[in-house]
Amino acid sequence: MTTPILQVQNLKKIFTRNGQSDFLAVDGVSFDVAPGECVGLIGESGSGKSTVANMIARLLNPTGGQIFLDGEDVTKTDVRAVCRKVQMIFQSPQESFDPRRTLGDGIGESLLTAGEPASETAEEVARLLEAVGLSSDFMCRYPHEVSGGQCQRAAIARALAIEPKLLLCDEATSALDVTVQAEIVSLLSHLMRGHGMACLFICHDIALAQSFCDRILVMYRGKIVEEGLPDEVIQSPKQEYTKMLIDSVL
Amino acid sequence: MNEILQYVNVTTSYNAVPVVHDVSFSLGEGEILGIVGESGSGKSTLLKAAMGLLGAGGVVTSGDIWYRGKNLPDLSEEELRRLSGAEIAMVFQQAGASFCPVRRVGAQLYEAVTAHDAISEAEFTDRAAELLHKLRFEDASRILESYPFELSGGMMQRVGIAAAILMNPSVLLADEPTSALDVSVQKQAVEEMCLIRELYHTSIVIVTHNIGVVRAMADRVIVMKEGRIVESGGTRDVLENPAREYTKKLMAAVPKLRLRRGA
Amino acid sequence: MAVPEPTVRETVIRGSNGKTRLCFFGVMAALLIVSAVFSENLCPYDPYLQDLDAALQQPSAAHIFGTDRYGRDMLSRVIVGSRTSIFSTFLLVAIITTFGTAIGVFCGWARGRADNLLMRVSDLCLAFPGLVFALAVAGVLGGGLSNAVIALAMISWPKYARIARSQTLSVRETSYLKAARLAGCSTSRLILKHILPNIAGPILVTATLDVGTMMMELAGLSFLGLGAKPPTAEWGSMMSETRGLLQTVPWAVFAPGIAIFIAVMVFNLLGDAVRDWMDPKMRVKS
Repeated sequence: MTTPILQVQNLKKIFTRNGQSDFLAVDGVSFDVAPGECVGLIGESGSGKSTVANMIARLLNPTGGQIFLDGEDVTKTDVRAVCRKVQMIFQSPQESFDPRRTLGDGIGESLLTAGEPASETAEEVARLLEAVGLSSDFMCRYPHEVSGGQCQRAAIARALAIEPKLLLCDEATSALDVTVQAEIVSLLSHLMRGHGMACLFICHDIALAQSFCDRILVMYRGKIVEEGLPDEVIQSPKQEYTKMLIDSVL
Repeated sequence: MNEILQYVNVTTSYNAVPVVHDVSFSLGEGEILGIVGESGSGKSTLLKAAMGLLGAGGVVTSGDIWYRGKNLPDLSEEELRRLSGAEIAMVFQQAGASFCPVRRVGAQLYEAVTAHDAISEAEFTDRAAELLHKLRFEDASRILESYPFELSGGMMQRVGIAAAILMNPSVLLADEPTSALDVSVQKQAVEEMCLIRELYHTSIVIVTHNIGVVRAMADRVIVMKEGRIVESGGTRDVLENPAREYTKKLMAAVPKLRLRRGA
Repeated sequence: MAVPEPTVRETVIRGSNGKTRLCFFGVMAALLIVSAVFSENLCPYDPYLQDLDAALQQPSAAHIFGTDRYGRDMLSRVIVGSRTSIFSTFLLVAIITTFGTAIGVFCGWARGRADNLLMRVSDLCLAFPGLVFALAVAGVLGGGLSNAVIALAMISWPKYARIARSQTLSVRETSYLKAARLAGCSTSRLILKHILPNIAGPILVTATLDVGTMMMELAGLSFLGLGAKPPTAEWGSMMSETRGLLQTVPWAVFAPGIAIFIAVMVFNLLGDAVRDWMDPKMRVKS
């Protein structure tokens, strides 16, 4: 058995608003992601699934629990310690690029911060754009000048720039049209296979998770209520909540 | 079936750029018509054109939209205002968010009704409570007495849909009414709209990008792409046996739940 | 079926993007600044040369705004005064913008206790009536233009701190900032490359609008004798020097007064134009 790329143990997050009304967003969540595996985290809004992703990317500090990346405890570190291993793709692609900078600037940023000379970055960015099916002209475009699908491709290129071992997709296709969603999903699965990347695929579309993921975790009110192979969970759900969720799909 | 709303060769443009080209269709009395399409297909524009809501730079450049002998684009603002809400109601994606946050839900609905109808507050409360009750809301009076923030987003959206038919309009135009909702609430909202048609014989046009929603409630469906109608017909015919390449591609892209082994 | 009549329905939409207005007031402001820079070359007379024989002359072809009680040409003094007035205002606005923005970005970024402390300090500064506080500062530090600038700066920075803080708070929650953090950016890079460019808009607009206000306040302090000292030509102090002569030689008061009026108006309208131009919602109007 290989060591998991990601191990989450008893993860907790409590949001405090003005010192009062503590809100338990994530309540003791534990799961593993094996190298190259695609795990779907499904649930409705407010179930805490994005909070889990933000904590794994170390954009948020957990209130309790542990996160191991590649066997290394990263719970106490910050985002700069994990960003060479974990990358994230966000829901609305246009908002995930700085509106005042070009897509090329955004994609090349992680190369620059890693100390790569600026002269070589442009070449690398062009190569990355090609890998996600965009021409190198997109380097000079601004996020508002491209379509949602093109922008999400650029976001994937940005994530690929440092060859992460784990990709966190936070509703990465929810804001896109279905035909574009299909293209992005197939691009993602192609790239995951090519790079041996693991993926935590957060979405609320159960059918999409079923077709795309190797394993599914169902989250409800901060807890993982059910987990298993996609067909297993969807065809014979054990929990009432999962049944209700599946019944609601039109 | 009598046609209550009829689009005849409608072309609309924003700042002289056409976004809907020569679109014709009609809505029968008591019918639910689904309009599906991806972003930029002009599906929302069609609804806005009927109600004069195209906003700055948008105009119906040619064609007619007939409602009971009236051509909607030719009506004055005053005439449209009299129709809107009372005879043709509209629901938006963020209907729940359009409530004022600091006033009670009931008071806001009452205000909307008195714009068209002289009615006492007690009479209104009875009517609203009855409507909510019929639409299977639990605890209707509590909802009317709540402030918007005390209810969940999904509940507010359902209240928004109910509010649209308080005046018992003949036509309900719904623009992505369920798109911001979780699947469980989405199902309730869809059931609510079906119930509205059943109880009040309201004709409904629902514009959405969600094929599942259309499949669950529409009698007929229109598929739009880049401002043109690609395909139209009975919901089952179009969605199960699409004739056009684009519809086929669209249907293939929709992820489908495999509920049975080997399905 | 009715024949469609596009002419009836088509409304004429004119895109007024305010660019013309922006250019116009931009040029006006530039003219003021250029004339302030080259004021000494533009003066018809030496603004400090006293000629008691020519004192209190009425406006004439030789002295368009007349002369003051020392026989100094008012036009020359107004032109030279523009340098003091405009540049001290610019300096003041630059100080409060930089300082306020720095504090605001720091508070929005760091949050927590430091944020709380600094925001309470800024509330304290805002609680004073501007002129009274300036009087107090001038009382402690003494008069003089630089002290007037310090006094006004001390009560004017919180506005910028608040704008910068709220903008920083909203930018730090955006996904592009999260993406930048995941790209391994250092805090300084995040602030310089991502936050500052994205919050600059509203701050610049406020600064442009503030130029007029600050010019008035500085002139006001000078008028009260707490700003520029005679014989330095400054519009506020010029009005103060001549205010006793309002009934006999009104032009001596009007000349600097009109100069203040025009300069303040130009910068205020420029501020409005900048705001309209930067706000995309205002760009398309029917």
